Amino acid sequence: MNPSNSMPPRTIATDGDGFSLHPDDLEAIRGELHHFEQPQAACVEALKIVQRREGWVPDGAIPAIADALGLGPATIEGVATFYSLIFRQPVGRHVILVCDSSSCFLTGFDELRQGLVDQLGVEFGQTTEDGRFTLLPVCCLGACDGGPALMIDQDTYGPVLPKDLNDLLEAYP
Amino acid sequence: MSDRRKALRYRSRILQSEDERRPETHPLTWRLHDDGRVVNLEDYRAQEGYEALEAVLKGDPKAVIAAMKEANVRGRGGAGFSAGLKWSLTLQGGDMPRGYLVCNADEMEPGTFKDRLVMEQQPHLLIEGMIIGAYANNSKMGYIFLRGEYVECAHVLNQALAEAREAGWLGTDIAGSGFDFDIVLHSGAGRYICGEETALISSLEGKRANPRAKPPFPGQSGAWGKPTVVNNVETLCNVPAVMLKGSDWYQQLSGDRTDDGGTKLYGVSGPVQRPGLWELPMGTTGQEILELAGGVRNGRKLKAWLPGGASTGFLIPEHLELPLDFDTVGKEGSRLGTGLLTVVTEDQSMVSVMRNLEQFFARESCGWCTPCRDGLPWVVKLLQALECGEGEEGDIEMLAKLAKDNGPGLTFCAHAPGAAMPLETALKHFRHEFEQGIRHPRRAAHADPIPVGEI
Ligand SMILES: Cc1cc2nc3c(=O)[nH]c(=O)nc-3n(C[C@H](O)[C@H](O)[C@H](O)COP(=O)(O)O)c2cc1C
Ligand code: SF4
Ligand code: FES
Repeated sequence: MNPSNSMPPRTIATDGDGFSLHPDDLEAIRGELHHFEQPQAACVEALKIVQRREGWVPDGAIPAIADALGLGPATIEGVATFYSLIFRQPVGRHVILVCDSSSCFLTGFDELRQGLVDQLGVEFGQTTEDGRFTLLPVCCLGACDGGPALMIDQDTYGPVLPKDLNDLLEAYP
Repeated sequence: MSDRRKALRYRSRILQSEDERRPETHPLTWRLHDDGRVVNLEDYRAQEGYEALEAVLKGDPKAVIAAMKEANVRGRGGAGFSAGLKWSLTLQGGDMPRGYLVCNADEMEPGTFKDRLVMEQQPHLLIEGMIIGAYANNSKMGYIFLRGEYVECAHVLNQALAEAREAGWLGTDIAGSGFDFDIVLHSGAGRYICGEETALISSLEGKRANPRAKPPFPGQSGAWGKPTVVNNVETLCNVPAVMLKGSDWYQQLSGDRTDDGGTKLYGVSGPVQRPGLWELPMGTTGQEILELAGGVRNGRKLKAWLPGGASTGFLIPEHLELPLDFDTVGKEGSRLGTGLLTVVTEDQSMVSVMRNLEQFFARESCGWCTPCRDGLPWVVKLLQALECGEGEEGDIEMLAKLAKDNGPGLTFCAHAPGAAMPLETALKHFRHEFEQGIRHPRRAAHADPIPVGEI
């Protein structure tokens, strides 16, 4: 089966779908509220907290976060869909962010992308069939003197040549 | 971790050794260790750390603003606006509530990797600069708006904030002065537009990062309607030394190279021998910086360069002699921007490079204004056609028009003008390369980044 990045249109979930926030996460979200004048400010961090546990932000988490912050689900969904590092679709166990900005483009991004595509058998926006890697482009990683650069989960690498990919990917089972 | 993988890890570094970096000449980097380990509180304190703050807290906050104005520290986030002047416009006093000081640590401008270095290796310099800035602007709370991908910075900053709090540099009654102030680290979730200061405020408030109309300026009404000062990491890092050593000293750092004082974190990336970062006097020339970088890779020639990130205009080799300061570069139809050079070599296609840049701007548009949201994808399409020799008569004129439509003053924020400037300058200096994309209809698509035209 082909990996797919197209999904049918969806509406915003307004009931929890059986999803409930992990008590630790709820506490962490509540803790965030102290840092800001208004609860909405904790919204991005709340989405990140859920994503840290789930890998992505499942539909049911939207109304759950909305409840925790005293906001409407549409507000939370609007924010969740704006930011590129908040995933509203499931991703693989590891996310590879490949810098596609200018300095990396000038130092071998195309070859690096091709290397990844060949090795993983997926294009940008897709997840490998075994659910191991999701491949995504990202803005300049601020590692331009080490271009072409990429990030796997929390780790930044560069310069990375296609021949390095075996060694690199091996470390992310 | 396998050795091979360890070797591939990206490490932020400065390419000047400890011997070269002196307190009198390298205010931003003299404390950095050659091995890149963090300058912790103890280290920092032993090397003039927090001495500027101690002195400042004994005096009038207005004196800080006056000193910053006199030193003429110009914003290092790209626009070069005087920090002292900005601070003098922050509303305070009377029944005005205390506001916020926000450090813009969103660093996402393609080709820019300077703020990362300071945050990963010398967090207390930024924290001290922020506290002094907060004192001058009567801010009750500070935020560091850090891009989400900078995980190492977040780790180091959080540790340093805890150290500073523990030592009484943050919190209530700082150093017995009666001044209260604390800093929260906010880590973002992607999108280049968050770096635009009003979008950043929207994002901080937990909203979609759409920019806001100015006026009111953030200093009048920013985060939650309160006076808010937004400054770049490097700008704030200049503050402690200005306070400790004075504006005359700061001015002479750049010698007679330029009217702008101080030093700058300059860098080079792209196909050069030794890409990297250096702290150099403001007004250092492109030639000097390129020489530090060992020149262009593989004996090729330089074709074009961006002086300070994707949203600045292309310059050509003859501009290498110019001092890289805000006004000089501005006169050449470009901008100093972040001061980190991106190099394009003779064998690389300007059409392809331009296509890559505009794909970035089109994708990162927040979608609020029509010329930016709809115009930039059109620019990408035209460039893609030219890139594979499938351009049509009139395409270049259309590109020029779309660039004009995205020019200064026509959109809500400076994202669109940032997309227009490299395009306009590329068309000005390299029009022939774009014309090749029309004169050779139906050529097979070629791999990037080989030049368009006869090979
Ligand atoms: C699209 C866009 C992105 C920006 N990104 C950044 C950024 O990542 N970091 C930054 O310091 N300034 C960025 N700026 C500039 C800020 O709007 C603002 O001018 C700056 O933070 C002010 O600080 P300074 O005066 O200390 O330079 C950006 C501007 C625009 C239009
Ligand atoms: S110019 Fe572009 S990025 Fe800026 S507000 Fe308008 S649409 Fe958004
Ligand atoms: S352009 Fe790729 S890291 Fe900056």
